[in-house]
Amino acid sequence: MSEYINSFFFGIYPYIAIGVMIFGSILRYDRDPYSWKADSSQLMSRKGLRLGSNLFHIGIILLFFGHLVGLLTPHSVYEPFMTSGQKQLLAMTAGGIFGTMMLVGLLILIARRFGNARVSATSSFWDKAILLLLLAQLVLGLLTIPQSAKHMDGSSMIELASWAQKIVTFRSGAAEHILGEHIIFKLHIVLGLTIFLVLPFTRLVHIFSAPIKYLFRTGYQIVRKRG
Amino acid sequence: MTIRAQIGMVLNLDKCIGCHTCSITCKNVWTSRGGMEYAWFNNVETKPGLGYPRNWEDQEQWKGGWTRTKSGKLKPKAGGKIGLLTQIFANPNLPEIDDYYDPYTYEYDHLKTAKESKTVPTARMKSVITGKTKDAPDWGVNWEEILGGEFDKRRSDYNFKDIQEQMYGEFENTFMMYLPRLCEHCLNPACVASCPSGAIYKREEDGIVLIDQDKCRGWRMCVSGCPYKKIYFNWQSGKSEKCTFCYPRIEAGEPTVCSETCVGRIRYLGVLLYDSEQIKGAASVPAEKDLYQAQCDLFLDPNDPDVIARAKADGIPESWLEAAQNSPVYKMAMDWKIAFPLHPEYRTLPMVWYVPPLSPIQSAHENGMMNSKEGSHGMIPDVESLRIPVKYLANLLTAGDEKPVTVALERMLAMRSFMRGKSVDGVTNLDLLEQVGMSEHEMDDMYQMMAIANYEDRFVIPTNHKEYAGDGPFDHEIAFGTRSECGFSFGNGCHASGGGEEKRLNLFGSPSHANTMDGSYRGAKTPGDGGVKTLEATKPGDAS
Repeated sequence: MSEYINSFFFGIYPYIAIGVMIFGSILRYDRDPYSWKADSSQLMSRKGLRLGSNLFHIGIILLFFGHLVGLLTPHSVYEPFMTSGQKQLLAMTAGGIFGTMMLVGLLILIARRFGNARVSATSSFWDKAILLLLLAQLVLGLLTIPQSAKHMDGSSMIELASWAQKIVTFRSGAAEHILGEHIIFKLHIVLGLTIFLVLPFTRLVHIFSAPIKYLFRTGYQIVRKRG
Repeated sequence: MTIRAQIGMVLNLDKCIGCHTCSITCKNVWTSRGGMEYAWFNNVETKPGLGYPRNWEDQEQWKGGWTRTKSGKLKPKAGGKIGLLTQIFANPNLPEIDDYYDPYTYEYDHLKTAKESKTVPTARMKSVITGKTKDAPDWGVNWEEILGGEFDKRRSDYNFKDIQEQMYGEFENTFMMYLPRLCEHCLNPACVASCPSGAIYKREEDGIVLIDQDKCRGWRMCVSGCPYKKIYFNWQSGKSEKCTFCYPRIEAGEPTVCSETCVGRIRYLGVLLYDSEQIKGAASVPAEKDLYQAQCDLFLDPNDPDVIARAKADGIPESWLEAAQNSPVYKMAMDWKIAFPLHPEYRTLPMVWYVPPLSPIQSAHENGMMNSKEGSHGMIPDVESLRIPVKYLANLLTAGDEKPVTVALERMLAMRSFMRGKSVDGVTNLDLLEQVGMSEHEMDDMYQMMAIANYEDRFVIPTNHKEYAGDGPFDHEIAFGTRSECGFSFGNGCHASGGGEEKRLNLFGSPSHANTMDGSYRGAKTPGDGGVKTLEATKPGDAS
């Protein structure tokens, strides 16, 4: 039974979650472009936002790319430069720093979202729920650090990376890499995938609209022709 | 040279009585929806005062508009492209709702539903946003109505720059004027420049600046970027909205709602031709005081055959050229030089212009209580002795340059004097006209336009336009393609959730755009006084 659950959550669920994220987002972008937005609440209250939002966003962006590079870079690519033990230490340090940044920011944002009467009143269910989901995910992520410290050889990290690489390259046997991992890692992965799953239904879609293109606009002005 | 046309507006402040009809009609048409209760695309402020949002004119505080760098280039005052993107997580220059005002209503229904009691039931004030009871409002869209509030607050009005404002706090020296404000539909809009999504654009054919609601992501940089604070963040939809210059009406050749309903007939709409290649140069002249003249230099004479030929080559329809030749805006801004842009020092090249107000002085002048303009033989009052300081008007309209404002005021004074002589005393005083450098023909024209202000003189709007589409009715792709479609909608075609429109599954949490101006507030037990619908929280859950 536990093997079945394991293969469902780490072999099948990733495809469901990422599939829903991709197709849900395409559907929303196409069918309901008016709802695609960052949904800022700064108009309602600016207090704490400058510190909170910046810490949160910078923290989470760095964490995301840390995971992306850390999990998806094949072992053979970094092997000439560092051992997997060293890489684990790097991951724990960077994750700890960025995770703390994000935690401070997120707690400020949560206090504001629930504590400020105006922000709270103008929030939707998902505006609040997504913050709590992210908090739970972040706490699980931070809890993996002391867990990892118990085995500094990097072997557990390599298992996780192999899982992620097998998933994205559509190879079988991915779930088996997770079977022996600590429950904290398992929960962290499942919750992370769940955040992917709900992403198209929340304000998180603004991630896909990061306005990098702005930097490449010729001049400042935009004039549209008719038709 | 590339010629483009724009429909501009002039507001004759000399005739504005501050009745707010423009604001109310605009509100009812455009911003009576959830999330926009606090927003007024058109509002009328009493000056001197801080305005709405509070102290909007002071760009040291709000960082709106443009700044000229040492190398002579323009960049948004809040920062260039990289600078703006670093502010995207928390915009340091964004006004808060309290800078506008917390929209409120009253528990009117309580008056009808309260049980019998010893005391008279009251209608307490409720915040529309939170539904909580409020004690009193503390700011509003024209909070300083007719100089409301103490002078100590109003004296920090930005237009008192370089003025010893102390004396204007004294009762004998006090002055006031109204300033109706709307989006300026600038030639060099700072909102367009600071929109990271590229959702805001200027229409090529008529210069109207619009926000593409489907492309807007709510990064809110335009709200702070606009120095006039005329872009509003809809807290329900999470998108910015602004004055549309009533483009559906303009396209049909009709004036904007604010202009149409103006009881004082102070608003004028007309076509201006300009050279779009010169915009950058005009907006970046070094001295702020030169910006007014630089903007005037952009406008082209619609009667010049070379301009006409060039404009035709650039695709401007015949009827638009004709409209440009009869444009009241061109006449007032360029021929008579009596209309001025609002705060040219923001370098946005605004296209809503203002005729400065005279002060009520006629009888004082006739009774010899005022000085006369030097060399006018007592015919024209000295504008320096007008109740409203010329410097104040100049700070508002010409970046502090008093000379053009003085000329305009003198021309308006001369017009009164001249027409009074002509129609009351039967004297045509050409001497008077010479004083202000106008011909009798010009003065008659100006009188017709300003004092009589007939509908068809005020609004010269070319309709939109078969030249843009094709020759026959079946070439009219735009009309043909959009036939049987729903009208103004919010990006979801006719299928928006809520309202009277077709219902569908609201998977992604689109806002309802229900009318929230019926006295309802969050959490009200019964619908507001004017409403019949049941009241729900104004923001629907995303996909809950």
